[in-house]
Order: sequence, then structure tokens, then C-alpha cells
Amino acid sequence: MRTLVIVEHDNENISSSTLCAVSAAQKLGQDVDLLVASSANHIAEKAQQIMGISKVLNFVGDNFKNEIAEDLTACILAVSKDYNFFVASSSTTGKNLMPRISALLDIQQISEVIEIVSNNTFKKPIYAGACIATVESQQEKNIITVRTTAFEKAVPEGGSGQIENIDIPEVESRKSVFVGNELTVSDRPELTSADIVISGGRGMQDGNNFALLDSVANKLNAAVGASRAAVDSGFAPNDYQVGQTGKSVAPNLYIAVGISGAIQHLAGMKDSKTIVAINKDEEAPIFKVADYGLVGDLFEVLPELESKI
Amino acid sequence: MKILVPIKRVNDYNVKVRPNQSNTDVDLTNVKMAVNPFCEIALEEAIRIKEAGNAEEVVAVSVGSEKNQEQLRTALALGADRAILIKTEVEVQPLDVAKILVKIFEKENPKLVLMGKQGIDGDHNQTGQMLGAMLSIPQATFASKVEINADSVNVTREIDGGLETLSVELPAIVTTDLRLNEPRYASLPNIMKAKRKPIDEINLEELGLSIEQKVKTVKVESPSEREEGIKVDSVDALLDKLRNEAKVIE
Repeated sequence: MRTLVIVEHDNENISSSTLCAVSAAQKLGQDVDLLVASSANHIAEKAQQIMGISKVLNFVGDNFKNEIAEDLTACILAVSKDYNFFVASSSTTGKNLMPRISALLDIQQISEVIEIVSNNTFKKPIYAGACIATVESQQEKNIITVRTTAFEKAVPEGGSGQIENIDIPEVESRKSVFVGNELTVSDRPELTSADIVISGGRGMQDGNNFALLDSVANKLNAAVGASRAAVDSGFAPNDYQVGQTGKSVAPNLYIAVGISGAIQHLAGMKDSKTIVAINKDEEAPIFKVADYGLVGDLFEVLPELESKI
Repeated sequence: MKILVPIKRVNDYNVKVRPNQSNTDVDLTNVKMAVNPFCEIALEEAIRIKEAGNAEEVVAVSVGSEKNQEQLRTALALGADRAILIKTEVEVQPLDVAKILVKIFEKENPKLVLMGKQGIDGDHNQTGQMLGAMLSIPQATFASKVEINADSVNVTREIDGGLETLSVELPAIVTTDLRLNEPRYASLPNIMKAKRKPIDEINLEELGLSIEQKVKTVKVESPSEREEGIKVDSVDALLDKLRNEAKVIE
């Protein structure tokens, strides 16, 4: 049997989380095909170059511009009989889509997989990462979403997948319509794929103070993140949120500023290679996971850091 | 309009849950239990919609043991009009819960199902989407804003790159994200009043579903701990470590 990976894209580029999903899929030891649903052919043409993949199932139609779950579900179901594994990243797109497929194929999905032990055994965090569960599927077909920080990115070029164009399945009247979006525009790298991330917590005291993080981030070419406490306090938008209910990141360097280190936050960043904590409370739990801790006032430390990088 | 709000009983989010001695499951002995925070947000939104005159009834439903009465009483104290408990002692997974909710949906015919995007125990983030698919009705997940219209609902969703707004036809499933609202606390008079509100009990067997654990948990362990590092006493010392020891910046 074969494995199908659902490709996520923004109509221009394939998302880096898809590359992680491909390398996770390759660990299953079966042929890996990709499913692309988009409004033009160039996404499939990019997808076919991903190293190590076999086929690209290409659905082209205007409906697919905004990755509406109901529309994508119809495409996946149309080809599902050839596959016993369906893999997507646990991005908001994957989370939104895959359970719909699971329900219609009567499969209990396994979310946020961090390790593929064998073709029926997987590891995944539970309780905000406080525990790691090893789960065994008794099913012939499986659907998994993978945590991207746990898998390397597949090489995006050099592959030679065959594109197979497939007719768009009939969808009953569309009950879900895209109205609009407000995407965060930034020159800095994307949070989940950045090499360096600097995040602020409640200690930042005010949203305006995030400018201090921005200036350090600009010098380091880092992405800016936030703890849930900072997001809840309105200091930063929700798509900055790192943690159980936000994003998982694992950069080379993670700098936590004014973050106490609640377990829900640690869940999203403790796999980072090097962790720095800057906090005025020397008892803050964040220091327990930090490689380098600096006890001090962030309003003095950040400008000094910025001037010396 | 009637709104159905599923309520999950989970550990209190302040409690750090650990594996049991034999590493077969988590140890929830003496752990304080509560309404899943995302379900609380869903309930709050449902009550606000009712208070704004856009819904007549809010029905809370929970699947689990007799102990779930506690969380349903909380839901009633917060403003749900009545509650349904689907009683079972067996472990139910998201696919099972979705199948159970289909039965309740068919019985109650709500216009809107408002539910949490995930339980903070299993962190699955599946049930709402599964329910939508099984009922062939649209979904709007991870909501940070909900606007009710005559035949549809406009939902602003928290997505990775920012926000997205969908218009979905009713009936629909909406799952809630953190920023949708800030749930109220139950007042003492409302807690007293909640004691008189009805909770219907239905045995899971009566629904005629076969529940099977398609995925078995074989081991639960603590994650590998990071070793605590060192404290540095100045920005210069920190930069020196990052440049020359960790070699993560230039």
C-alpha cells in the first residue's frame, strides 16, 4: 500500500511544514504520494520536485484557493481507496482537515505524532507535553498528523514525481464560504521555521514593549513569539503564541524574555537546541530548562543585548 | 435557535499530570477535575448569544461517568438551561464521542454546536471536525469571533499566519479558541438555581453504538528532562556563551 501526504500551500509556495510531513511519511517505508489541491498547476510542479516522492495527485480548481476543509475532504476521499496511510502536518490546516477525513473513513486519527516507532505504533505528547504516550493502532488504515518540530524537512528539490491530474469530485452545494483574511505581514522568518526565536511573556508589561523584542529580532533575523499570558493580556496577536494551544517551535536558539515558564509554554519550545531565559525572578521555572539564564530587568537587558549583537 | 455545547471533564489546567507507577496511563488519583477550558469558552459564547436574543436554549452534554454530573452542574450554574449526560464507564476516543454526539444532535436538532477545539488532556483536536463530517454540515474551527446571522454564522478563525473569516450555513459546528471570550464565574444564587435544573441521563448502550478502542495506549512516560544549565551574570557573558560555546549566533 501507499502513503498520501496532503500538501499545504499559500498558492505560491509549499509550506515548510509539508516538507516535515513528507519526511515523517517516508519513515513508514512505503511509496509516498502527494495530494495537491490548488487554483493553478505550479504548486504541483513544485511538489513533484520534493526528493523521494512518487506521484503528485493534482486537483486544480478555483475552490481550492483557501484550503476550505469541506472541499479538500472531497478530493482526499476520491482517492482514498489506494492508500492505507494519510499524513499531514499538525498546522492549523492539518488540524482543521484531517479529522473530517478520519470520520468519513471511520478511522481514529492520531494527532501530533512526534515519533514513528513502527507502522502501527506512534509516540505523541498528551497533557500539554507533561507525558508522552505510546499508542498502538489496531486499524488497517491510519491517519496521522505530525508535529513538524520532531521531523527534519524533506529536500524540496531534486525529486522527479509524476503529476497525475485528477478531475475535481462533485461537491454538494457549498455551505462554507471564504469571506476574507488578515495575515500577519512580516519581513522576519516564520515562527515555526525560524533558526532563532525570541519570545516575550507577561513580564513585557505592555504590547508596545514588544518593540524591544523586535529590535533584537531584526538584528538576529529571528522570529518573535509570545507566551499565552502575553497573548491573553493583549500584548501580542494569537499567531505569535508558542505552547500547548499555540505553536510548537524547535529553533537553534530560543530566547524567553519575561516568561515564567508555565508547563503549557514549555510544551511548545522545550525541544529547542539552546534555550536562553531572561527574567528578573530567579526562581522562575523557565530557568530549569534554560541552558543560559540571565537574572535581570528585561528593560535594561534587551537594549544592551541589541546594541552588542 | 437551540445551541448544543459538549462539555468535557478534564484535569484542572494548573495541575501537572504525571504517569502512574507502572507507566500504563496517567495518574489522576486525587487530581482536581474541572470543565475543559475550551468548553468553558464555548459555553460562555453560547450564553452570550442567548443573552443577545439570538438563541432560546443552551443545552450542555457530556459523555462519561456519573462524576461528569459535577461539570454539568457547573455548566448549568453558568447559564445552560438543561443538560444531558451520556453515561459510560468505558474509555471513549474522539471518533466515539463524535458518533455519540451525532445521536444527540439528531435528537435535539440544534442550529449550532459550539464546542472546545481540544481537550487539554489528550490534546487531540478532532471531535468537532469529526462531528461536522458525520453530519455533513460545515465547520468553522478555532474561532476568535462569532457573529450570528439569520441562516448563517460568520466566524473569524485563528490560523497559523493570522486570521481567516468564513461564512458557514446553519446548522454548523464552531470550535472555540482562547481569545473568543473570557468566561464568567458562576454566582452563588446561580449555583443554587442550577441544582434545580434538569440533567437527563442516557446510558450509552441505549444509543445502539458499538464503541471499540481502535487506538490503544501501551505506555505513558515522562518526557526526557532537559538538564538545567548555568546562570550568567551579564549580557556580555551571555553573548560570549552564545557565540563561543553554543555557537548559535555570530
